[in-house]
Amino acid sequence: MQDKQRFTWPHKDLLDVSQLSLDEANYLLDTAEQFHEINQRPVKKVPTLKGKSVVLFFAEASTRTKTSFDVAGKRLSADTFALTKSGSSLVKGESLKDTALTLQAMNPDVIVIRHWSSGAAQYLAERLDCAVVNAGDGWHAHPTQALLDAFSLRQKWGKDFSGKTVLILGDILHSRVARSNVNLLTKLGATVRLCAPHTLLPAGVRDWPVTVHTSLDEAVQGVDAVMCLRLQLERQQAGLLPDLSEYAGTFCLTARHLAMAAPGALILHPGPMNRGLEIASDIADCAESLVLTQVASGVAVRMAILFLHATRKDGGSK
Amino acid sequence: MSSILIIQNALYLGEAVDIVVRDGKIESVTPHEEPTLTRGEEFPEDAELVDAGGLKVFPSFIDCHVHLREPGFEYKEDIRSGLRTAAHGGFGAVMAMANTRPVNDTASVTEAMLKKARTTWPHGPRLYPVGAATVDLEGKELAPMAELARAGCAAISNDGRPVGGAEMFRRCMEYAHTQGLIVIDHCEDPTLAKDAHMNEGATSGRIGVKGQSVVAESMQAARDILLAEYLDIPVHLAHISCRQSVDLIRWAKARGVKVTAETCPHYLLLDDTELENYSTMAKVNPPLRTPDDVAAMRTALQDGTIDILVTDHAPHAEHEKECTLDEAPNGISGMDSAVALTWTLVTDGLISEADFIRHWCHEPGRIFNLPVNRFAPGDPADFFLFDPTQEWVLTPEAMHSKGKNTPFLGRTLTGRVTAHWMGGIRIV
Repeated sequence: MQDKQRFTWPHKDLLDVSQLSLDEANYLLDTAEQFHEINQRPVKKVPTLKGKSVVLFFAEASTRTKTSFDVAGKRLSADTFALTKSGSSLVKGESLKDTALTLQAMNPDVIVIRHWSSGAAQYLAERLDCAVVNAGDGWHAHPTQALLDAFSLRQKWGKDFSGKTVLILGDILHSRVARSNVNLLTKLGATVRLCAPHTLLPAGVRDWPVTVHTSLDEAVQGVDAVMCLRLQLERQQAGLLPDLSEYAGTFCLTARHLAMAAPGALILHPGPMNRGLEIASDIADCAESLVLTQVASGVAVRMAILFLHATRKDGGSK
Repeated sequence: MSSILIIQNALYLGEAVDIVVRDGKIESVTPHEEPTLTRGEEFPEDAELVDAGGLKVFPSFIDCHVHLREPGFEYKEDIRSGLRTAAHGGFGAVMAMANTRPVNDTASVTEAMLKKARTTWPHGPRLYPVGAATVDLEGKELAPMAELARAGCAAISNDGRPVGGAEMFRRCMEYAHTQGLIVIDHCEDPTLAKDAHMNEGATSGRIGVKGQSVVAESMQAARDILLAEYLDIPVHLAHISCRQSVDLIRWAKARGVKVTAETCPHYLLLDDTELENYSTMAKVNPPLRTPDDVAAMRTALQDGTIDILVTDHAPHAEHEKECTLDEAPNGISGMDSAVALTWTLVTDGLISEADFIRHWCHEPGRIFNLPVNRFAPGDPADFFLFDPTQEWVLTPEAMHSKGKNTPFLGRTLTGRVTAHWMGGIRIV
């Protein structure tokens, strides 16, 4: 870690991957490699962030992302404090501004925020001196998910994704995972395809650096990886889909589709999965599935993110 | 004994003039003479002489679309602060929308508003309340429009909560027409605009915010146009914002449909990329549209498809905009800056100075049958001096409105109202 600390991370906050240059993204992923190695040791704890405090402010329900950040923080010896919507008077009826000021008064080094409003992480970042890490804001961005997905893929592919094609399949419209992944995957050199019915595609998607498909059979041809997105069941209730079995019959990734992909194509899913709805159960568990790799990658990547953002003001060595 | 005011050396449509006002009315407007007029036999010794120093003079403008928030939301704005803002902004008359609390759907609310305006500032800008089209703006029962008309309402509108049902809207148009009033429609299909926080387009797709399509507006504009043609009754379309709508209005006007339309400075000057950083100041309804729509709006103003300019002045308290985009209320506080902002349309060569006066004064007066100063003998002596080169920064302190919510905050504007008279009495 010593030579890494000579480099000062230039960003106070991590709001989206769009703010990162290619070099910065690779630097962050390289840093995660080193933490990944720590995670394989019998004693998975280092004193790197001893005395630092990390607030996990999760206004929206989350189990895996919150736990992942919590584990990441604790493995670096940071003190982590969880603040969730349920059971917290802090969030109920209080404006985000007041929550922000309250959090600031606790003087944390990093605030990790998950919020239902697009732009909420930026809102906090503009008002707080500490580092703000976006753990998902509305439909906007989920940079730590995109980084852990890229980390999982590069363990198979190496650092350069040129020549690789990734299909992102499902509810693109409401997906912060899709938005951040389009940005990062194209930055790393991959070609990205999107596949969804028109009711689940965002306005202006034709101008994104991707190809857009509405037929899964067509979209999956020759791809090197497929990233399935979770379908929120309320989308059907909102009238965007006729019924879930029709969706599954058209957009669920199955072995038949994978036969049309490149040999050994990898499968990703940010979780939690709806087996049989967006991904066939046998596919989720197949040898090419990176779903559990993604979870392990998540801890390593979030350790790197906490490390870079909590130590950037420490000026070199600890 | 009569009172006399003489404005010397003011520039009206490029010509230096001297304006003589007697008892609140224009008496004469003549080419400026050097040496300047002197007190003599012709004028009493106590005539007030003002040297305009070559500044431009405009007839007091009319803002046909404002929200003064009183009664009910005085923490955002009230009639006193609203009229003060109007006066400083160059407006001698404002039409205040009905979405107050209680809603202006009875004579007692209209009368209370008018009384407040008269007592708070007898010689200030004139207030013309706009009555609700339906009771409590709910779109279920017609509001008592005859009563509203008698009490002094200048028009009818459910602005802020548009009438969704086509049948109900038709009845509003017909019944208002019976009372000699025109309906101003905020064109918005409630299903297409549901839960939206900005325009639907490349920006909303990228930043992950639910948008409303231009069709939410244009579809209702089409409905109104078709009803106006079928019923042969005039309709006025509020704050038009997009290409589809102006194309429909242009088509309607060519067919002779009695449709008039307004737009606001922000639809001519800003597009939806203003919201890229989730700026709540730029959240307004209808939303800021794409650059292509802005171009279409400018053309429509130029070719007469858009008849008048309005501010849709919608002040809010600071804390209400100090939140995330999805939680922020719609609205831009507009009267402080509108004249300076739209003056750029003249300096850019988009419209002439005569058009500028027409859009802000003559046409609003014609559409809503309000008194207008055309600088003809006997006209009300309502006018203001405008320094077209004065630069000023639109700071919260520089604004007279209680609402500081504008995406133009912090910008340097060119052109400022320096003096304003209503009925020959100086109010600014």
